[in-house]
Amino acid sequence: MPAPATTLLAIGTKKGLWLASSTDRQEWTLSDPMFLMEEIPSVAIDTRDGRTRLFAGRMSWHFGPCIAHSDDLGGTWAEPREGGIRFGADDDAALERIWQIQPDAEGRPGVVWAGCQPISVWKSTDHGETFTLNRGLWDHPHRSEWGAGFGGAAAHTVLPSPADDTLHVAMSTGGVYRSDDGGASWEPRNRGISAYFMPDPDPEFGQCVHKVARDAVDPDRLFAQNHHGVYTSADRGDSWQSIAEGLPADFGFVMLTHPHRGGTAWVIPLKADGERIPPDGRLLVHRTDDGGSTWEGSGTGLPQAEYNAVLRDAACVDTAEIPGVYFGTRGGSVYASADEGRTFREVASHLPDVLSVRAAVLPG
Amino acid sequence: MPPPPSVIVLIPALLRQYVDGRSAVRLDVADDADVASLLDGLGEGRPLLEQRIREETGALRRYVNIYVDGEDVRRLDGLATAVPAGATVMIMQSVAGG
Repeated sequence: MPAPATTLLAIGTKKGLWLASSTDRQEWTLSDPMFLMEEIPSVAIDTRDGRTRLFAGRMSWHFGPCIAHSDDLGGTWAEPREGGIRFGADDDAALERIWQIQPDAEGRPGVVWAGCQPISVWKSTDHGETFTLNRGLWDHPHRSEWGAGFGGAAAHTVLPSPADDTLHVAMSTGGVYRSDDGGASWEPRNRGISAYFMPDPDPEFGQCVHKVARDAVDPDRLFAQNHHGVYTSADRGDSWQSIAEGLPADFGFVMLTHPHRGGTAWVIPLKADGERIPPDGRLLVHRTDDGGSTWEGSGTGLPQAEYNAVLRDAACVDTAEIPGVYFGTRGGSVYASADEGRTFREVASHLPDVLSVRAAVLPG
Repeated sequence: MPPPPSVIVLIPALLRQYVDGRSAVRLDVADDADVASLLDGLGEGRPLLEQRIREETGALRRYVNIYVDGEDVRRLDGLATAVPAGATVMIMQSVAGG
């Protein structure tokens, strides 16, 4: 009988990285902290090609940001000596933070994307050893008009399509941009997404989209959690429709989609822009199985009272047949569900603010 | 023949991993050396150390301080501050963090 698969959960916090592992997704073993006192706003677990490479987007307030990777489950870490994510001398910019590390689809095993602050997208074709600035987005004529959300001006979401050369990026603030040619050129795709905080609430770009996720079955279908507003698009972002009805609030940062089944997505609502707490102090994970027509909230296993927010990358799913759902709070609690978000167990508590989590079933 | 002029660069604990664990590095300097050229020399063959001290633009990182013989270079000429032979240059992280 084969040994049960190990699920690894990477937890990036405001003061370091922790790894949790489990063979049943019920009982978890938590590592000692790594990169203690560095912020870890992005993590990734790349299991393509039958091997496991962990990535951490590190940020030292003193010594700046860098990307590191580990091929031995966090035992040792390496930083690219040359390359990494670094602007060139002519770019007149300095990397401030790595918000997103996104391994590409299975069919492109060496490709890893990164979304960064200042707003920029980077591509590696050598498993994350070296990265190249995406010039199409960096040189976009809109760039001077993109703004900064409270956390900084960042490309926080990079979504390559497994079907073709389509690539979506979401930025705060700027909204959703799509490339149909693998990143060579980009166009805003925000029609239907509100920017209530601007004089024109329906601009071509400038929205504060917090997170975008792609449907598992239909790569043309997207889901977005906006700065007030929850939306879906059936046409690759050409148009967006509200799916907020049925949720207790339309504010929040998280948007997750099922890894295998179409139409299923999760959000973790917060009350409002001006009140960034779970509605009524009750932390609930809301799920739709019909593309956003209806929502059902679940708090089984979660605390009765919770006043901490869940940040945009502090939530994830794994890729198990029955996927796990994971998230962490700014209060340093991390929760895991082994049943698609119906019931949760606490993996860790009293950690620093959780900034990023990613989970994966490790190759046998 | 006298040895070439040099300076001592004191390395903070968090950056010693990039200089084989040493707390100080002796560097030869030219007569017209300044902090920028000193950092160029320190970063030669040590790109990760260089990245921790200066941004890609060449600017000193906001929360890294450099003192030449006890004087904060930000109060002098910044990276253009002269570094005379025999000087002691201290690299320190500033008081920051939450």
